[in-house]
Amino acid sequence: MAQHDTGETPAVAGSAVEKSEPRRDHPGTAVEVSDAFVNPGLPPHRPRVTDLDPKKDAQAERRVYTLFYISIIGSVLAIAAYGAFPLEEGNMSSVRMNNAFLGLGIALGLLGIGVGAVYWAKTLMRGDEIVELRHPTRGTDTTRARAVEVFTLGNEESGIGRRTLIRNTLIGALIATPLPAIVLFRDLGPTSDPVEALETTLWEKNVRLVQDPTGAPIRASDLTLGSVVHVIPEGLNELAHKLEEKAKAAVLLMRLKPEDLNELPERESWSYEGIVAYSKICTHVGCPVALYEQQTHHLLCPCHQSTFDVTNHCEVIFGPAKRPLPQLPITVDADGYLIAQSGFHEPVGPSYWERS
Amino acid sequence: MTTADTTDRPAAVPGAVAAPVASRGQRFTGAAANYIDERTSISGAVRELGRKVFPDHWSFMLGEVALYSFVVILLTGTFLTFFYDPSMTEVEYDGSYVPLKGLEMSAAMASSLDISFDVRGGLLMRQVHHWAALLFVASIGLHMLRVFFTGAFRKPREINWVIGFVLFILAMAEGFTGYSLPDDLLSGNGLRIIDGMVKGLPLIGTWISWLLFDGEFPGTAVIPRLFTLHILLLPAILVAALGVHMLLLIINKHTQFAGPGRTNENVVGIPIMPTFAAKGGGFFFIVFGILTLMGAFFTINPIWAYGPYDPSPVSAGTQPDWYIGFADGALRLVPPGLEFVLFDRTFSFNIILPVIVLTGFIALIAVYPFIEAWVTGDKREHHIAERPRNSPTRTSIGAAGITFYMVLFVAASSDLIATHFGLSIEGVIHTMQALFFIGPVAAFFLTKRICLGLQKKDREIALHGIESGRIVRLPGGEYIEVHEQLDDYERWRLVSYLDYKPLMIRPDHRGRITLAQRARAAVSSWFFEDRISPPTTTEVERQHAGQH
Repeated sequence: MAQHDTGETPAVAGSAVEKSEPRRDHPGTAVEVSDAFVNPGLPPHRPRVTDLDPKKDAQAERRVYTLFYISIIGSVLAIAAYGAFPLEEGNMSSVRMNNAFLGLGIALGLLGIGVGAVYWAKTLMRGDEIVELRHPTRGTDTTRARAVEVFTLGNEESGIGRRTLIRNTLIGALIATPLPAIVLFRDLGPTSDPVEALETTLWEKNVRLVQDPTGAPIRASDLTLGSVVHVIPEGLNELAHKLEEKAKAAVLLMRLKPEDLNELPERESWSYEGIVAYSKICTHVGCPVALYEQQTHHLLCPCHQSTFDVTNHCEVIFGPAKRPLPQLPITVDADGYLIAQSGFHEPVGPSYWERS
Repeated sequence: MTTADTTDRPAAVPGAVAAPVASRGQRFTGAAANYIDERTSISGAVRELGRKVFPDHWSFMLGEVALYSFVVILLTGTFLTFFYDPSMTEVEYDGSYVPLKGLEMSAAMASSLDISFDVRGGLLMRQVHHWAALLFVASIGLHMLRVFFTGAFRKPREINWVIGFVLFILAMAEGFTGYSLPDDLLSGNGLRIIDGMVKGLPLIGTWISWLLFDGEFPGTAVIPRLFTLHILLLPAILVAALGVHMLLLIINKHTQFAGPGRTNENVVGIPIMPTFAAKGGGFFFIVFGILTLMGAFFTINPIWAYGPYDPSPVSAGTQPDWYIGFADGALRLVPPGLEFVLFDRTFSFNIILPVIVLTGFIALIAVYPFIEAWVTGDKREHHIAERPRNSPTRTSIGAAGITFYMVLFVAASSDLIATHFGLSIEGVIHTMQALFFIGPVAAFFLTKRICLGLQKKDREIALHGIESGRIVRLPGGEYIEVHEQLDDYERWRLVSYLDYKPLMIRPDHRGRITLAQRARAAVSSWFFEDRISPPTTTEVERQHAGQH
């Protein structure tokens, strides 16, 4: 530290306020008046009760060491609790007891020290404030002159300012040398094209719609009016990377009255007797759109409240999402189970730059 | 400085009488100190720092809380790493928590459950760690507000403000990465949102997401990667920045509040050795103790209730940890339909816009000290913490900033507000959207009026004293109420503050008025035009002359 303290003085009542440095920086637009009030100096020190009364002093001392004793007891209790409250399988209250008593003991150990030390400082350690002078943060003129001299010597002895080609090539080399590190991070991700992966899901022609998570196929006739089923493609549960596929392929199946559905002409064949399937992945940032309001036929995303109208091909009626939920064309197979007519006709999930 | 110890000690301190012959303990301490000093010259540091003075004020404690909770985070976090398995390999859960038994989940989630149910004290450490993290971010935020509202960021502390700002960002990043590690349903949805946001960024978004998750979301790479960030990279930067923050605190010395005897050239307070060490050290144990009590009795982040991550289910009322709330709120308040396709590319302004707004807001916080320094042109050092009312425009800007943040923060709970108060979600969102614009402006003007009012009241009291309630009849029959004058010490608190006037535009040495100067003058008059000057001695004398 360049700055040395010249000394410290006890804060005496009415002590003169000292000015240390003649140097003055520009005050900017600050207003300086000649008849401003003068700092009256520190008010007289008010002694504490422990300063005046030896009995109180002794009492405070007793309190401090009692608190430290309590701390020791707390730490011992914590060790005892570790043994006394074992964790038993399937017994939540054993977890709760272990947690509570272990925590209580440790907390007692800590708070005893903490409260004791602070109380000690406040009642028994020196009670008046002391004054220390500040110094300007900048170094003294001599120090700064020496610093300039050091740099000048460095420049002269190395010739870095004079030998410009050495300097410039060094700068160039220093800029170039971290660049390989950026390249090295390329393999954080696979070499394949992300866009291709984002455009495909497990859904394709004749893939059965099965229940999430049981994997049971769904018979169209079993779906009652107003019901909603969380659906995954058949075979998903057996995949090694099932979470990645599920994050794209999760579908909501709903049965409405066919006359409630206001279907686009080109999609009239995508539903089956009022049963419609839509991607469950929000087109905003990808949360599962899990809340279905039976009365209004609205789907609500619990993350950012984008609301989709199932009767109107899931167009956005509220919230930050822009695009409707992609619809999965469905039909039934020979056994009456629901199957996909094809995959999704557009990428599911949140928007991305390359999406058009 | 060493000699001063003999002079600054009051004569009668109990137990201060030095024994003529050193006891065994003293001889040992002396020998040990000598051994260390002959190898480290540590006596120099003790000489410099041992009696360094720290001003005392309750608000100076906020930064300490942040520091101490960080130490708690390091201690508990190290314990957790011994049991936590940062892997997304699918395992079948076979721990003590029966409702999840047999369920498939990542090793990360399973080991987090094991920490909670099969390691004695593991749940305690997990909960203390989480509570300490929440307290860490909260105390940094409050500490920043204290520094802002008292002007403690002014020269020479601008750099330390920026370092503190970096610490705040790092704390939030640490919080978010740590929150994601258990790989539970809630945190997985948080990552899903991050993935969706990243994908929405133009040009690089898709690839950033691809690299972050090693392919498609969720992949099997992100948890180990976040773990490395959480326990290695971010803490390393955080500790380094914290070290510089502390070093600059020592070099610049602490600010102190204006008060009698306290000037810009001195520090009045308690010395590190022993009083501040006892208070600060004791306070560390108090913070640790309270956090332990919270971990022992208040459940936080019950991952066993959420279950393992699965991209399909989500519960209603999902919310991030509170410090991410403002970002989530920004996503919710976006007006509808801000996404379009142009040149075969998707522009997701429903994501880009909040990212820009949040970045702008955060950047404004970082550079505020430089803006104010430019406006005032004040090149002096400032070591007196100002009362917020005495810098009305700054305080109002701060209030506007808090309101802005709070609107976003509250918006992150829009669904819960709607369900709890029986309101429509549309109504809540539209109200918050309106408040997003109106709130900060209203807060600005309201705060400014309050500050100016308080300043006028201070001025009134400094000049006229306090109404005593004593009515006196003068010999002439006139009744007056006696005003009690303040003593010098009380008055000093009210009259000692800095006063700036708006900048006057003057041509520069080439006789021109630059655009920068016009801008500065405009901002300066916005800052200072309705200032209230501190009372002067002349005014008091005139006042007294007029009264009698």
